[in-house]
Amino acid sequence: MKAVLVERLPHRFAAARAASLVAGSGTGVRVGPTRLADVESPRLPGRGWHRITPRLSGICGSDLHTVDGASSRYFEELVSFPFVLGHEIVADVLDGPLAGRRAVVEPVLGCLARGIDPPCPACAAGNKGACERLHLGSLAPGLQTGFCRDTGGGWSEQLVTHESQLHAVPDELSDEAAVLVEPTACALHAVLAARVTPGDTAVVLGAGTLGLLAVAALRRHAAPARLLAVAKHPHQRRLAGELGADTVAGPDETRRAVRRLTGALGVGTDGDRPARLAGGADVVLDCVGSADSLAESLRIVRAGGRVVLVGMPGKVSVDLAPLWQREIRLVGSYAYGTEATTPSPRTTFDLAFELVAAADLGRLVSARYALDRHEEALRHAAAAGRRGAVKVVFDLRRPDEAWRRRPLPAGPTGDGTGDGDGDEATDGAGPGAPEAGRAGSPGRRGATVNDKERA
Amino acid sequence: MSPRPGFVLEVDRSTPPTLFWHGEGFRLERLPEGSRVIYPPEPLPALDDPDAAIAHALEHPFGDSAPLSALLFPGMRLTIAFDDVSLPLPPMRAPDVRGRVIEAVLDAAAAAGVDDVVLIAALALHRRMTDDELRHALGQRVFDAFAPNGLLVQHDAEDPDNIARLGETEEGELVALNRRAAESDLLVYVNINLVAMDGGHKSVATGLASYDSIKHHHNVRTMQHSRSFMDRHHSALHTSNWRMGHLVAEHVKIFQIETTLNTDTFPSSFGFLQRREWEWTLRDRVGFEATRSALERTPARLARQIFHSVRAPHALASIQAGEVEAVHEETLANVHRQQLVEVHGQTDVVTMGLPYISPYNVNSIMNPILVACLGLGYLFNLYRGKPVVREGGVAILSHPTPWAFHPVHHPSYIDFFEQVLADTTDPIEVEKRYEEQYARDPWYIHLYRTSNAYHGVHPFYMWYWCAHALDHLGQVIVVGGDRAAVRRLGFKPATTLADALEMAEDVVGRSPTITHLHTPPLFLADVR
Repeated sequence: MKAVLVERLPHRFAAARAASLVAGSGTGVRVGPTRLADVESPRLPGRGWHRITPRLSGICGSDLHTVDGASSRYFEELVSFPFVLGHEIVADVLDGPLAGRRAVVEPVLGCLARGIDPPCPACAAGNKGACERLHLGSLAPGLQTGFCRDTGGGWSEQLVTHESQLHAVPDELSDEAAVLVEPTACALHAVLAARVTPGDTAVVLGAGTLGLLAVAALRRHAAPARLLAVAKHPHQRRLAGELGADTVAGPDETRRAVRRLTGALGVGTDGDRPARLAGGADVVLDCVGSADSLAESLRIVRAGGRVVLVGMPGKVSVDLAPLWQREIRLVGSYAYGTEATTPSPRTTFDLAFELVAAADLGRLVSARYALDRHEEALRHAAAAGRRGAVKVVFDLRRPDEAWRRRPLPAGPTGDGTGDGDGDEATDGAGPGAPEAGRAGSPGRRGATVNDKERA
Repeated sequence: MSPRPGFVLEVDRSTPPTLFWHGEGFRLERLPEGSRVIYPPEPLPALDDPDAAIAHALEHPFGDSAPLSALLFPGMRLTIAFDDVSLPLPPMRAPDVRGRVIEAVLDAAAAAGVDDVVLIAALALHRRMTDDELRHALGQRVFDAFAPNGLLVQHDAEDPDNIARLGETEEGELVALNRRAAESDLLVYVNINLVAMDGGHKSVATGLASYDSIKHHHNVRTMQHSRSFMDRHHSALHTSNWRMGHLVAEHVKIFQIETTLNTDTFPSSFGFLQRREWEWTLRDRVGFEATRSALERTPARLARQIFHSVRAPHALASIQAGEVEAVHEETLANVHRQQLVEVHGQTDVVTMGLPYISPYNVNSIMNPILVACLGLGYLFNLYRGKPVVREGGVAILSHPTPWAFHPVHHPSYIDFFEQVLADTTDPIEVEKRYEEQYARDPWYIHLYRTSNAYHGVHPFYMWYWCAHALDHLGQVIVVGGDRAAVRRLGFKPATTLADALEMAEDVVGRSPTITHLHTPPLFLADVR
């Protein structure tokens, strides 16, 4: 079967890193450790494991880090090569209790999946994301499906999952909505970790997939008095507003916008903005994960405030003096588990299913590619913001299922970055061809190529 | 030979292209035949002996006022307030007329044995002046005598300890003034009346007032009821200031000294700017081409520095002192003598070339809000009678309108542009939704009081200044401006004047009448 495979080839990781640094994210795919290969379907590791065939599988920022050779070496002991990428998955279940149904994969490979009994305290408490046995048990190391050589991954035609990882998809939920459940769970977990209280000012830095999902989650699962989203591109600004941001600002406007919202004072100047704020946001969710975004978070959060790292950071260099002097709490947020909701705890995935449906998050899927065009897909995903896209996915559905596809959001956003999108969209009729669109409002979804063809 | 008056030229086939200012540059535009160009009067001759004229004015006051020397006595508290860096434009060559006048006042005070003297820059809500700017305005000698001792201060409209509440007018307008000025035995105000809006009771009632006082006349309502604010007898802005002035006069004796300058605005190296195009000499043509081609190769930042280093050869044209209202009537007559141009009939389209400078960006950046204010606030309102352009007509402004702001001088402008104008450009809505927030913002207040920043509310006033024009006009088009910035202002961008005129036809119809304001130098259109 076809799969996008990552091998342990240090020189290729180095080449990918160099290429991505020189030519930008996504360009390392040709010279890096990632390739489209014919591989054997993974074997079932044991009882409770089942085969699934992906329908849609998303491209996540952490996947791009891997493709770019930019992942932190921290993860070296938590992956096993060669592995097949892809952990945002909606799939058809081939066997087991959910056979014949669609399911979303909860990719963390915790104690239960690894056959570890008794489970670690985190898993016992239902917090799979915090599992401390990711390198042990009956499976090769791997923190998630998509980073473990024994399970396969979503960027393939088949993989295996433990039944504890599968969540049945309600019939009324489209594949596009379902593939957003996993990243939505990540965003929800981060939002709940942020402990926003009524009256707070919350800021979401970054309006890629995670940032937009965090905005939606904040609006429905927290009660900030003011919610500011920082978005770079026009379509991101529009979506952030639609999903619940009270105010949307550009990256250069962040400090001024937070200052205006909170009545903070400026301290010093940095060009036409304050060097940092005295006062500021109660909570900042950093959905970028770069040195710049973390530094900006520390500039705009109030003393004693909370910065939540949502976007996956690597090795960054940041001045932590403000963290120390202003007693800022820096909180990591990874994956999902069980949330302390009232009246009773609920799993993050359950909450995510509801949020995806309620906020119509399937609209964030902007482009679909066949697996054999993975290079284009990765380049598109890496440049999603500039190209007017949000979530780029691999579409592994059979060609005769085209009618089941949710139409992609239509229409250029007018940001002048339509490079290739138009061609890809018109090229999307054949099997294996990408179908690239742009994120759009629900009301604009009708005008897609597929719809016109059907008409 | 006496200077020629201003006049209105009708463009015909033989008319050479017309000079348009365009920020830190110029454009030569060929206006359609039949267009009108309003040229300012030539500069009045300078007073032969300015110091003698000053001395004469101080001892021969207008109205119900004793001569200055009779108002001075030992042991008195004397405060001398003066106009700030926003006047004149461009800054005048040394010696600045304010310094000359203040030296004469100080000489008289010294002769009378007065030793409690404080100088106050009447900033209102403008930015604090730098030491260099103060030194230039006052002269080295005055600056050195007062600044080191803390006797040269800048008005702080947000200093609660130094604002005195004098009461309310019969219209309920709070009058709150600089305490030192209000509690002096004599307040001498030294002004430069560059345009007809300046001076009179506005000098003290605005220049030395607090925000809570100023807001009674700096608002959309007064602006929309001023026809125009350059004509004090038909200006709600001035009527309010006059009411306040009467209240102030009950508390403090004011000796008003008003000056007018001639319109000798640019040095000889820019002589072509003062001359009518068909009278350009070979030297003017060479000067124009050399300047234009040099500016095209000069980075914008450097060009800005070059222009802001220009010192105008303005000369003192008149000085009058004494009681505020009597003085001001004489001053207005002198302003009109220099600036009035008779214009018959309104026009469908008015065009303006906007220069690099306005009252609020001396040594600074002409940001988009100031571009709007210069065109729609100042130049549009430089009329008496009725606007040059008819109701529903189109204003075409020529300016690069960069999306650029001076971070120290205009911090609240950046936010205003980013937040307020992104939400609404309707002055009433702007005022209703945002003024209070910006006016009370502690960060802006801090910067206004301690740095060189305009008050947080100042960009609102710039927008209110446009209110009459925004009400009156059918469309505003900016030629050669940053398109995003122009759109944020709510205006239409155009690449060329020809394009702009085409666009204007969609609003005012085919073959519109067109009138170009050939300024600066400044003039006041007396439209009949």
